[in-house]
Amino acid sequence: MMDDTNVMSDWEQTEDETFDLRLFVAGTSPASIRAINNLKNILDEYADGHYNLEIIDAHQQPGLAKDDNITALPMLIKKAPNPKRLLVGDMSDKPKVLRGLGINQ
Amino acid sequence: MTDKNKNQVKPLVKTPTGILGLDEVTLGGLPQGRPTLICGSAGCGKTLFSLEFIVRGALEFNEPGVFIAFEEKAEELATNVASLGFDLYELQEDKKIRIDYIHIDKSEIEETGEYDLEGLFIRLNYAIDSIGAKRVVLDTIENLFAGLSNQAILRAELRRLFQFLKDKGVTAIITGERGESSLTRQGLEEYVSDCVILLDHRIINQISTRRLRIVKYRGSVHGTNEYPFLIDEEGISVLPVTSLQLNKQVSSERVPSGIPALDTMLSERGFYRGSSILTSGTAGTGKTSIAASFINAACERNERCLYFAFEESPQQIVRNMRSIGMDLQKHIDSGNLQFQASRPTLYGLEMHLVAIHKSIRKFKPTIVVLDPITNLITVGTMSEVKSMLVRLIDFLQVEQITVMFTALALNTITNEQTDEGISSLVDAWIQIKDIELNGERNRGLYVMKSRGMEHSNQVREFVFTKTGLDLIDVYIGPEGVLTGSARATQIMLEETGELIHSQALDRKDRELDRKRKMLEGKIDGLRTEFESTEKELNKVYIEEQIKKERIQQARRNMEDIRKGTPTSNDTDNKENK
Repeated sequence: MMDDTNVMSDWEQTEDETFDLRLFVAGTSPASIRAINNLKNILDEYADGHYNLEIIDAHQQPGLAKDDNITALPMLIKKAPNPKRLLVGDMSDKPKVLRGLGINQ
Repeated sequence: MTDKNKNQVKPLVKTPTGILGLDEVTLGGLPQGRPTLICGSAGCGKTLFSLEFIVRGALEFNEPGVFIAFEEKAEELATNVASLGFDLYELQEDKKIRIDYIHIDKSEIEETGEYDLEGLFIRLNYAIDSIGAKRVVLDTIENLFAGLSNQAILRAELRRLFQFLKDKGVTAIITGERGESSLTRQGLEEYVSDCVILLDHRIINQISTRRLRIVKYRGSVHGTNEYPFLIDEEGISVLPVTSLQLNKQVSSERVPSGIPALDTMLSERGFYRGSSILTSGTAGTGKTSIAASFINAACERNERCLYFAFEESPQQIVRNMRSIGMDLQKHIDSGNLQFQASRPTLYGLEMHLVAIHKSIRKFKPTIVVLDPITNLITVGTMSEVKSMLVRLIDFLQVEQITVMFTALALNTITNEQTDEGISSLVDAWIQIKDIELNGERNRGLYVMKSRGMEHSNQVREFVFTKTGLDLIDVYIGPEGVLTGSARATQIMLEETGELIHSQALDRKDRELDRKRKMLEGKIDGLRTEFESTEKELNKVYIEEQIKKERIQQARRNMEDIRKGTPTSNDTDNKENK
């Protein structure tokens, strides 16, 4: 139910909104590098340049990690469009990433 | 590792928690630089326990601490402990503690592949380094498991977390919810922690008791019992069951009982200091009054007394004692006397014991009164009360505090020798008995036992006067022991009897005197009679003598005449002339 409504509401906004994304990674750990690559591929394919992606190394900016309540890494925070979503992991599960971003396939 | 290091094994260093009593149970505190698990079911005090560890560390041991909260927000925590007098905001501003709230909402999170908890480590590391923390609390770590679903990753990361904490060299507390078959839900933390403390909150007979047990402590001996603990306005206090070895110091100093006549019964000087005294008796026999006069006298000597009242309120006791000439209020005002009144049902026995311990430690009295211990039976069985008292007496004797218990005895004979079964524990036992006679009820007091001193075997009548308590020798009449008005009558009778008796004696004396005088008169008469007879006899005797001489003279003259010697004749003639 919850997921359906999210998808529905997200779907309406998909075309004209820009994604505001922030990806926290842990240095150059294998999972972090995979996450960056996987995410870029997905965004290039589905968002067509309508996105701002900020990549932050949590090791370098622990203060930001605290402010954004980071626990697991890598973690992607979708700040816009609403609703706010958190995606953890190396972004290898494409359907889940798309669902998290609210992109209708 | 070199040979040198092998030979010099460092003993385990401990970090004192500052929590009252816990450091005694753990013989010094938690293992320094190692993680400790505190587990227990909901509401057993895990969060408070760990928070007190952090706050006391910051305040008392100058060790900054980090508190990672997974359950409650920093503001909620601050509100919760504000009642304990901990100001978390101020401590955070002073950089003595740091509270970090980590929250994971499962509904917000999409798991898209492999991940780890590096973010948590980074934040923890950041928090620790920013204030140079020596202590860390993670409360409650398994909330991570609620937010994230990959168990395999989480379990591996949890292990890594413990290692991380050890590497950081911080003394850590990790709290965990109690699992069904293991100590924690994940069944993992207890294996990777170096020390495990289990908290428990049990309800027996509608009264709750909190208990604490150290399940494991690597590399250290520790108390293994379940220790009751109390959460009150000053935080947590744990009651260590003091050693039940019988090797405490004893004193031969005496403490007067406050009733001079009672001291007389106790080889003139009263009780031993540091001893335990039981005053038992049936209802209304004046147990509280004896206890009150004991502390009254002590306060007069400027000793500190603590009075635990389980039956009457302090005001009531003060008012009642005024009627027998004792002003306890002035001792309360001067600070020598403190009352601690509570209903026995307020909490369980163990809690009472913890509360008593705490007050004694705080007030440092030399004399303690518990009035009455029998009321405690409402919250526990006889054997539980006894074991509680054993521990209390033990603690008091170590501290050299004299204690007086009062106990209500039921009116049965079987009860007498085994009053609450504690008679073997107490050093002195004063029993007050009702003596019913002539439609009156009076009180008889005797010293049932008093270890290590001569004591009177007499039953004394125990009376209340306007100026205090007193003991009167009991009168033994023809019908047994006399008390009250019967005694007064007997005294009167005896006094009358004595008067009559002395008068009779007087009369006898006078008669004797008279008889003596009479006899003396008679003796005088007889003596005179005897003297006159004697004179008469003497006269006859002398005449007889003269006559005899005369005849002899005449005979000699006759002879001379016949022989013709003139000389003798001349002499004779002259004589005759």
